[in-house]
Amino acid sequence: MTETHVDAPATGAAAPPPGPARHPAPAKAALLLLRGRTLVVLVLLVVFFSAISSEYLTQSNLILMTKHVAINAILAIGVTFVILTGGIDLSVGSIAGLAGMVAGGLLFKGLNVPGGTVFFSAAVVILIGIAVGALVGAVNGLVITRFKVAPFIATLGMLYVARGLAQLHSNGGTYPDLSGTPARGNEGFHFIGVDSLLGIPVAVWIMIVVAAAAIVVTTKTPFGRRIFAVGGNERAAILAGIRVNRIKIAVYVISGACAALAGLLLTSELGAAYPDTATTYELNAIAAAVLGGTALSGGRGTVIGTVMGAFVIGFLSDGLVLVGVSTFWQSVVKGAVIVFAVITEQAQQRLQSSLTKRTS
Amino acid sequence: MSAGPPEGLLEARGISKNYGGVRALKEVTFTAYRGKVNVLVGENGAGKSTLMKILSGAEQPTGGEILLDGEAVVLASPRDAQARGIGIIHQELSLFPNLSIAENMFAGRELRRGRRFVDRRAQRRRAHEVLKRLGQDQLDPNAIVGDLPIGQQQLVEIGRALLEEVRVLIMDEPTSALSSHEVDVLFDVMADLREQDVTVIYISHKLDEFRRIGDWVTVFRDGDLVAHESMSRTDTGWIVRQMVGRDPDSLYVRNSSKTGEILLDVRDLSVPGAVPVHDVSLTVRAGEVVGVYGLMGAGRTELVECLMGSRKAVTGTVTVKGRPETEGTVQARMAAGLALVPEDRQRDGLVPTMSVRDNILLATVARLTRGGLLSGGAEQRTASEKVLDLAIRIPGLSAAVTALSGGNQQKVVLARALLTEPVVLLLDEPTRGIDVGAKAQIAALMAEFAARGCGVLFISSELAEVIAMADRVLVMARGRITAEFTAETVTEEALVTASASESVLEASA
Repeated sequence: MTETHVDAPATGAAAPPPGPARHPAPAKAALLLLRGRTLVVLVLLVVFFSAISSEYLTQSNLILMTKHVAINAILAIGVTFVILTGGIDLSVGSIAGLAGMVAGGLLFKGLNVPGGTVFFSAAVVILIGIAVGALVGAVNGLVITRFKVAPFIATLGMLYVARGLAQLHSNGGTYPDLSGTPARGNEGFHFIGVDSLLGIPVAVWIMIVVAAAAIVVTTKTPFGRRIFAVGGNERAAILAGIRVNRIKIAVYVISGACAALAGLLLTSELGAAYPDTATTYELNAIAAAVLGGTALSGGRGTVIGTVMGAFVIGFLSDGLVLVGVSTFWQSVVKGAVIVFAVITEQAQQRLQSSLTKRTS
Repeated sequence: MSAGPPEGLLEARGISKNYGGVRALKEVTFTAYRGKVNVLVGENGAGKSTLMKILSGAEQPTGGEILLDGEAVVLASPRDAQARGIGIIHQELSLFPNLSIAENMFAGRELRRGRRFVDRRAQRRRAHEVLKRLGQDQLDPNAIVGDLPIGQQQLVEIGRALLEEVRVLIMDEPTSALSSHEVDVLFDVMADLREQDVTVIYISHKLDEFRRIGDWVTVFRDGDLVAHESMSRTDTGWIVRQMVGRDPDSLYVRNSSKTGEILLDVRDLSVPGAVPVHDVSLTVRAGEVVGVYGLMGAGRTELVECLMGSRKAVTGTVTVKGRPETEGTVQARMAAGLALVPEDRQRDGLVPTMSVRDNILLATVARLTRGGLLSGGAEQRTASEKVLDLAIRIPGLSAAVTALSGGNQQKVVLARALLTEPVVLLLDEPTRGIDVGAKAQIAALMAEFAARGCGVLFISSELAEVIAMADRVLVMARGRITAEFTAETVTEEALVTASASESVLEASA
């Protein structure tokens, strides 16, 4: 039966017989290739650049590139949660900047309280930074759910507000020294952005932990299932008893917290807090999610895909730098790759539905 | 045909239409007479709208031919049909609410000044002329369509069709959303058009209405044209008999369980909205299947959505199993024991991006965890159990839900509702758009559910279905309950009369 059903266009008609599907082998192989395309592209990138430059595929370069990837990957994982619900978060770059400034201020000049200045340990400062990001995310979520502002607009507004707050924090200045002193008991902030454990940068370990947690949450918890439901069909989710507004607020909180964490890693790596840190990073994060197969319409995507997307963007950028391509061309190539990724995504969807139809 | 039939203008000869394996039209031969109002009636899915889509060029027939003025024509597109003088007004308005009346009328065929510029003044003038012809010369062609009441929007839609030299005007249930005054205006317009020798084809469910205006009536049933008669030689009873045609009890399983305590008690419920619900009171007892019959726009969907908590009531109380439910949220109502299978499963039921399994488990997935994490085994077991229970035919639990047929998709939504272990199941048009076999199965499932001592409240606009399945039938019209019948007292005619009625009969509770 090749025609479609009356009230369910683009789907198979009668119920197909159970049992293994009989796809033609080439179509199946093409689908497999399309599904794993981010990985395929990544492998091709590595092969391509290592053929051109002998420095590309060295241990030290791989570690360096992965560290670059880590910050964008963490941002992108947070944004993926939002995109899965059908929303978007444009404020993550600014939140990263704000969290970095809050942490920088606490480390450099402490917190003024009645009767003097208090300094917190580096670990507490990091937690405060993440809490600030989560709070900003909560504001995003409340504006979107309570006042019914489109996520694009609400987070665009927050992009400006959070960046402005970051600048106000220091009046536009820089907190130049974040190393702390033993007397203040606030040393060690460089650990997350500079140090390594077992030869691998701490930032990469953090990325691995964040990614693993995000994979568990999205695939193994009722909360994760509800995120997909909200993005796939909000009306159906409401009637299924899902508290859609809570889910939405939660994903913006997650996105804000991830952004803050990324901002802290970046600030730690730089050793100083600048109010302009992570400007436009939201675009790289969204690009990574899209490249990894997350549908901007919501309901479809994976965390692992987003991480791969971040690797493709990072390995591509660094490769282009290594072989000496100008930054202008880097931009052109990156943009073309993103659009190409979406085109292949659609090819995958088409092939998938045509194969489904053939089985029915 | 009896002696001296009027002259046929548009004729469908042996028209068939298949959608996949579903035969929507079976070699139908239909004639619309020149300068007459030709009424088409039949239940949902009887094939009327499909035939009209073919006659207006929106769909191509699988077989048969179309004759206009005795000459075979091919209507390859709506534009093609328009060029031959065939216009159609769809049930759902196809207007741009953000544009003016004039802009709407000329959308896609703007009058030009020079080659590039829109001649707004000429458009306004022509729009005014058409509005005048419709008796609406007080309307400003610059008025934004979205600001107009629905009846006037309908007239704008008709005006758009009249801009071109229209010989045949097809109207697909144009009155379903109109007030009685607006219906009067529309019928005046139709009478005028008839005077001007325009052939009108008019699809309607409202027997009392179309009997006022129609000259000829044609009845469809299950893709067949079953009767064609001059209106003056018919009566309401005859038309209903032709529409229903079969013995409904042969298709549906009747619930025969003993009724017990009151499970759902609704008092004086009023719900605001485009179709407001006024002062509805009803009860559903244990072991009882209660049907709500009414036309589209009668407020039935608004009523069940309010019961389910996805729509807020302004007044009234809802009591489930003796406990008043004050919190009007979906979660609270679900916890109280209500579950809803919504009318439009594509829009409100299914999550198209999810698998069959995830769709079935959507409302209850939180119960299937171990240590906070989902248990894949429990998910698989629970879902496959329901698939067996409801005889859902699927390629596999992880298949996309969009790959299923309409009936099986409906069963997926039903499975989800049943998993919440409701005491009263609310079903909004549970058999819409699904084949006869699946209809019978869903009816059987409803009866089985009632037999377990639970209650069922279902909405239907199919006479045969309500009569065959319900122990008690409530009729809704214009947001109110207008009549109540028991399975013994209910008749098609009584339902049809009550569904078009303006009077309000207090539901005896």
